Amino acid sequence: MKEPILEVRNITKMFGSIIALSQVSCRVYPGEVTCLLGDNGAGKSTLIKVLCGVHQPTEGDYFFEGKKVAFNSPREALTAGIATVYQDLALIPLMPIWRNFFLGSEPEKGLGPFKNLDIDFAKRAVRDEMAKMGIDIRDPDQPVGTMSGGERQSIAISRAVYFGAKVLILDEPTAALGVKQAGIVLHYIVKAKRQGLGVIFITHNPNHAYPVGDHFVILRRGRILADYKKAEVTQQELINLMAGGEDLVKLQRELAELLEEEPNLAG
Amino acid sequence: MTTSTAPKTDERVAQAGFFRQLFQRPEIGALIGAVVLWVFFALVTPQNWVSINGLSRIMDPASTWGIMAVAVALLMIGGEFDLSTGVMTGTTGLVAGLLSTRAGWPLWVAILVSLVFALIVGYLNGFMVIRTGLPSFIVTLATFFVLRGANVGVTRLVTDQVYVGGIDKTVGFDSARLFFNTPITLFGVEWRSSIIWWVVLAIIASWILMRTKFGSWIFATGGDANAARNVGVPANKVKIGLFMTTAAAAWLVGTMNIVRLRSAVGSQGIGQEFYYIIMASVGGCLMTGGYGSVIGAALGALIFAMAFTGIPFAGWDTDWYYTFLGVMLLVAVLVNNYTRKRATEMRTAAAKARTED
Repeated sequence: MKEPILEVRNITKMFGSIIALSQVSCRVYPGEVTCLLGDNGAGKSTLIKVLCGVHQPTEGDYFFEGKKVAFNSPREALTAGIATVYQDLALIPLMPIWRNFFLGSEPEKGLGPFKNLDIDFAKRAVRDEMAKMGIDIRDPDQPVGTMSGGERQSIAISRAVYFGAKVLILDEPTAALGVKQAGIVLHYIVKAKRQGLGVIFITHNPNHAYPVGDHFVILRRGRILADYKKAEVTQQELINLMAGGEDLVKLQRELAELLEEEPNLAG
Repeated sequence: MTTSTAPKTDERVAQAGFFRQLFQRPEIGALIGAVVLWVFFALVTPQNWVSINGLSRIMDPASTWGIMAVAVALLMIGGEFDLSTGVMTGTTGLVAGLLSTRAGWPLWVAILVSLVFALIVGYLNGFMVIRTGLPSFIVTLATFFVLRGANVGVTRLVTDQVYVGGIDKTVGFDSARLFFNTPITLFGVEWRSSIIWWVVLAIIASWILMRTKFGSWIFATGGDANAARNVGVPANKVKIGLFMTTAAAAWLVGTMNIVRLRSAVGSQGIGQEFYYIIMASVGGCLMTGGYGSVIGAALGALIFAMAFTGIPFAGWDTDWYYTFLGVMLLVAVLVNNYTRKRATEMRTAAAKARTED
C-alpha cells in the first residue's frame, strides 16, 4: 500500500467561539490529485490555510511524510516541500517570465561583489521547465502581464515543482478562467501528478474536479461530508453532494412550484 | 485563428528582430529625445553648439543631475518617490560646511559625518513610508519642508547669514576637491571630474539593476510588493535601501557642490527634486513603479542639460526652460504609456493566438 505523503487527523479549528473546522481527517497520496470541494463557507480556505501553515489547528494532528509536524508559517511549510499556489499567484506582471520564475531564489554566478544573475541558465531553465508542462516559451523576456490567465497559473505551478515541492496546494486555480484556459490548467495538474507530486486541488466546480481527481473530499459547514475514491462516485453524484443533495431536490421542487404559478400571474 | 500551438513558434521569434527589441527598451524614448534635441540646437546655434566647448558646457550640469536622476530612477522603479532629494543636496553640504568651518573639523571627517547624517534621513524616510503605509510623496514632502526650514534656520543661527563660506581654508580641502569634483583640462577645454562619477555610477547602477538579484528585487518591489514578499523578497529592506541610496546620492552631489563653490548656501537644491523625477520619467520610468531604466534616467539628465545650456546659447530667455521641463514631462509620460500599452497588446494578441484554435 502507498503511504500518504500528507495526512490530517481530527483537525478542529476555532476562531473564538466559531468552529471553522470540526474533526476533519483526510489523506493526500503522492502521484494523486485530491480534490477539495465545497460551497462558499464550507471551510475549504481554513483547511488549506492549516495545511500551508497560515493557521495552526486548535486540535488534531498533522503528519507530513509520516512525521508529526506543526508549521508556524507558510515559509516553514514551503521549506518542508508544501507549496501553495494562491489565486493571486505572486507573479509580477511587468517583469519578464524568467525573472518571475526565479524571484526570491535567483541563480547566481561570480564571486563576492561581482556576483551576478546567471541569466542564460535562468532563461534555459524556464524554457525547459515550461516545456515539461507542455508550454512552449518563445521569449523568456516576455513580461508575465502579457500572458493569458492559464499560462500564468502554469508558470506558478511549474515554479513550485521546480523548487522541489512534494505537495502542491492549488487554491481555486480555475475560478477566474474561461473554459479553454481552465482546460490548460487542468492539463498541468495532471502533469504535476505524473511527476509524483501530491496535488490538492481546491475548487467549487465539480466539472473541473471530476476529470482530474483521484479522490474527492467534500466539505460542508466545517465537516467532512463525504470522502470518495473516483471509482466510488459519479460526476452527477458529486454535483449533488456539492450542492447538498437534499437541498438541491428541495430547490428544484420550489422552483417548479414557482413556475407553475406563473401563468396565473400572466392571466 | 488558425495558429497551431507548439511547433510553429520559432518563426515568430525571428520576427521579433533587432529593431522591435530596441523599441521595446524603456530608454529608447530618452535616446531619441537626446539625439533630436542635439540636432535641433545644432541647427539653431551651430557655432556654439557643435564644439568641444559646447559639449563640456552640456556635460557639466548633466553630471550632477545625472547622478541624482540615476538614484531617483532606482527608487521610482522600486515604487516610491523622494521629494527631499533636492533639498538634501543643500543639507549635506551645509552639515559638512558648518562642521569644518565653524567646529574646525577636518573637511574629510565633516564630509563623512554628513554622509552618515544623509543615510539616517534616508533610512527614516523609508521607515516612515513602510510603517505608516502613507504615500512616499507625503512623507518625503514633510522631510522636504523640515530640511528646507532647518537649512536656513540652523545656518542663520550659527553664522548670522544663510551662507557658509571659507570651506577652502579647512584641513583636507585640496584632497577632497581632487576626489569629488576637480577641473580637468582635455582637448583645450575644462571638464569637471563629476562627469566621470556620473558615467561610472550610471554603469554600476545599471549593472545592479539588470544583472543582480537586487535588481530583480527592485523591479518586483515596485511592481507588486505583496507578491514579491510572498516569494521571499525582503521588499521593506529594498525600499529602505533605495531611500538611503537617493540620500547618499544627494550627499555626493552636495559635497561636489561645496568643494567646487568653496561655500554652502541655505537655499541650495530647492525645487530640484522635481527635475530628477522628470529626468527619470523621460528615461522611461513609470510613475507607478516596477518599470524603467537607469541609463534612460542618465540620458534624461543629458536632455535637460542640453535644454539648460542650449536655450541661452540660442539667445532665448531662460524662463522658457521651465516650460520645456513641463512639456518634456508630459511627452515622456504619454510616450511611456503608449509604448508600454502597445508592446503589451501585441504580445497579448500572440498569447491569445496560441490558446485559441
